[in-house]
Amino acid sequence: MDADVVLLSRIQFAFLVTFHIIFPSFTIGLAAWLATIEGMRLATGNPVYRRVFDLWLKVFAVSFGLGVVSGIVMAFQFGTNWSAMSEKMGPIQGPLLAYESFTAFLLEATFLGVLLLGRGRVPPLFYLFSCWMVALGTMASSFWIMCNNSWMQVPLGHEFVDGKLIPADWWAIVTGPIVMIRWPHMLFGAFLTTGMSIIATAAWYMLRDRHREEARVMMHWGLGLVAALIPVQLFVGHLTGEYVHKHQPAKFAAIEARWKTQQPASEVLIAIPDVAAERNLFAIEIPKLGSFIASGTWDSREVGLEEFPKEDRPPVLIPFFAFRIMVGMGLIMLAISWVGLFLWWRGTLETSRWFLWPAFLAFPTGFVAVISGWYTAEVGRQPWIVYGLMRTSEGITPSLTVDAVVFSLICYAVVYVTIFSFGSAYIYRLLRDGPYEVMTGPRGATPNRPMAFGDPATTTGRNIRPAE
Amino acid sequence: MDANTLALFWAGVIAFAIFVYNVLDGYDLGVGVLFGTTGDEDRRDRMMSSIAPFWDGNETWLVVIGASLFGAFPAVYAVFLSAFYIPVVLLLIGLVFRGVAFEFRYRTEHGRWLWDGGFFLGSFVVAFVQGAAIGTMIRGIPVTDGQFAGGPFDWLAPFPILCGIGLVCGYALIGASWLVLKSDGDLRAWAYRRIPWLVAGVVVFLTVAFATTIDIRDQIGDIVRRLEASFGDRAWAAAFPAIGVLALIGVLVGARKQWDGLPFPMTALFFLMSLLTLAAMFWPYMIPYSITVQNAAAPAQSLEFMLYAGVVVLPVIIAYTVVVYWIFRGKLRRGYS
Repeated sequence: MDADVVLLSRIQFAFLVTFHIIFPSFTIGLAAWLATIEGMRLATGNPVYRRVFDLWLKVFAVSFGLGVVSGIVMAFQFGTNWSAMSEKMGPIQGPLLAYESFTAFLLEATFLGVLLLGRGRVPPLFYLFSCWMVALGTMASSFWIMCNNSWMQVPLGHEFVDGKLIPADWWAIVTGPIVMIRWPHMLFGAFLTTGMSIIATAAWYMLRDRHREEARVMMHWGLGLVAALIPVQLFVGHLTGEYVHKHQPAKFAAIEARWKTQQPASEVLIAIPDVAAERNLFAIEIPKLGSFIASGTWDSREVGLEEFPKEDRPPVLIPFFAFRIMVGMGLIMLAISWVGLFLWWRGTLETSRWFLWPAFLAFPTGFVAVISGWYTAEVGRQPWIVYGLMRTSEGITPSLTVDAVVFSLICYAVVYVTIFSFGSAYIYRLLRDGPYEVMTGPRGATPNRPMAFGDPATTTGRNIRPAE
Repeated sequence: MDANTLALFWAGVIAFAIFVYNVLDGYDLGVGVLFGTTGDEDRRDRMMSSIAPFWDGNETWLVVIGASLFGAFPAVYAVFLSAFYIPVVLLLIGLVFRGVAFEFRYRTEHGRWLWDGGFFLGSFVVAFVQGAAIGTMIRGIPVTDGQFAGGPFDWLAPFPILCGIGLVCGYALIGASWLVLKSDGDLRAWAYRRIPWLVAGVVVFLTVAFATTIDIRDQIGDIVRRLEASFGDRAWAAAFPAIGVLALIGVLVGARKQWDGLPFPMTALFFLMSLLTLAAMFWPYMIPYSITVQNAAAPAQSLEFMLYAGVVVLPVIIAYTVVVYWIFRGKLRRGYS
């Protein structure tokens, strides 16, 4: 098969999935946040929760829309560009994706309508129920997709009969040890992404001295969530590393930029790996720490890339740097959330501008961590599309031509850059304007805007919205 | 259940999902097509509002079809999507543009033309490409060793193009029927006026398409013969197109008498009959005329595992879909919020 078609298809998949994952990792957390806030509003009757809810519901609507449309594109990529993989691995990957659409996509998409437009038409408890159904759908979706990807990372529970792949043990496939670590890792990553965005938005309002009451609610919930979750996430991340160490030693060596097998192994904190010469430049290393991180002892033997034939090695640069970026983002989240918690306890949180500025600027940390984590996992799996079973070059669609992939890649790039730019601008504008006062007035008071949800006040700057 | 029964069960579930998709996303794509034929801002807002709570769920049935094919008939998923590589790209980009329009057009005034245009063009392209794909399937899709063996532009022949335009009219027809059902006043009257023209469009394009097929019988003669042969085996299948024609007459009667509740179910019945006609033509092939239902099916272990999705989850889906449609029941007067 033409190497260019494989490379172009990989670039296309990487581009589409990078764009896509931004939105689920944001909306999985947002859906749960909306459900929680709506629950608090019902429990306490405090109107501030309603204002916070309305603000984030609008952000949710825009980002969920982007997630849906970019997700539909993903659902067809396996067949369009990787049809040999789809055909051969379909008996296991297909049913997992089918379960995702049956148990998750329809649930979230159907109840989203109630969430966005149905508040005046259903009892409050049903509205809360709808919030939870959307949240449940987003989480179920992440479960099935992690099942699928975990199986591609470490295939298990299958056998080959006459050269055909047969699922032998579904229980192992959907509840195997790897998916049970990687799913929480992704889910917590999504919660942290949303948590950091909420903290940053609250910090932004506090810096501008606007929406004090709403900002306080957002800051406290966000800090509490991130501060509690980040240590758990670091631990789950460590467990994720253990599965890589055990099942994907070449990926592990690439992440560590460990060219030679060592005993005891040192840990490369940072370096510039020189791929051609198979060594590290400007390396800062700590002796013995590599053995401890990998195996929990100070003198274990750790394999280097030299033990793998060149054609079986993953690229080194991307997994090495992406992994370090991810861990760095985690440490920033840890610092911000714990310092923030301390300032809250001291009662000086809202006046500490030296804290609010970094908290505001840290809004992308979650997104960056999720994307770089995925780059580590996916690039590190190369040259395999299904680890040990099928090489990426064997999975490509046989009839695909370079022209066709160039055409699709350009189309997707132009369209995605367009909608991403406008989408980010609209979300920025929604967050900048902040929560609306909920006024009492006649329902649906704008006759030529029957969809009160898409209120034109956003663009004219009038922060008044009729209450239902 | 044995492997054959399981394969039949999943073929049935997918056929059901295709029907649901055609009707549900059909009407909101159709409203999108009609949206582009009026410049009236108030009318456009009301059209958008009439589908706003539903479009996302409707469109998701397309993913259900794709994922079920991947799970139950991976060979079909692989061949179909690689055969239609470029149309699928256009379809997906169309879906992107019309999907983001729902939120984006309310977030801007200067940029609204872009999202309004994208909503119309996106809806049009999605409908067209689906029709063209059906047309291509009727002509047959070449397969070697379980993988697509044709060219990237096989779908750009006269017959598929006519089928594409036919489906645009079909979706616009069910869109107009939906507007009649869900709106009143000016918009309802506007939609009523379009129904007879759209019925005519569907009939004309389908007739021209099949007449053209006969003209170029030399080239695709054996496909036509195969169609005739398969219909010969099951002459009872001729009842499907006959009921389809009656359904279209029902649409016209509903439009003339202004019975708001009639055009929509009659158009849905027409869609059902068209699908059954196609199924009777293709059976037992899933990819005409190279891959059959039985030889495309995933191993029994895969189909058995998926059975819960079809037997337990699908009824739940139907139940909550009905609940949500019931919540937003009745005519749209002052918006859904």
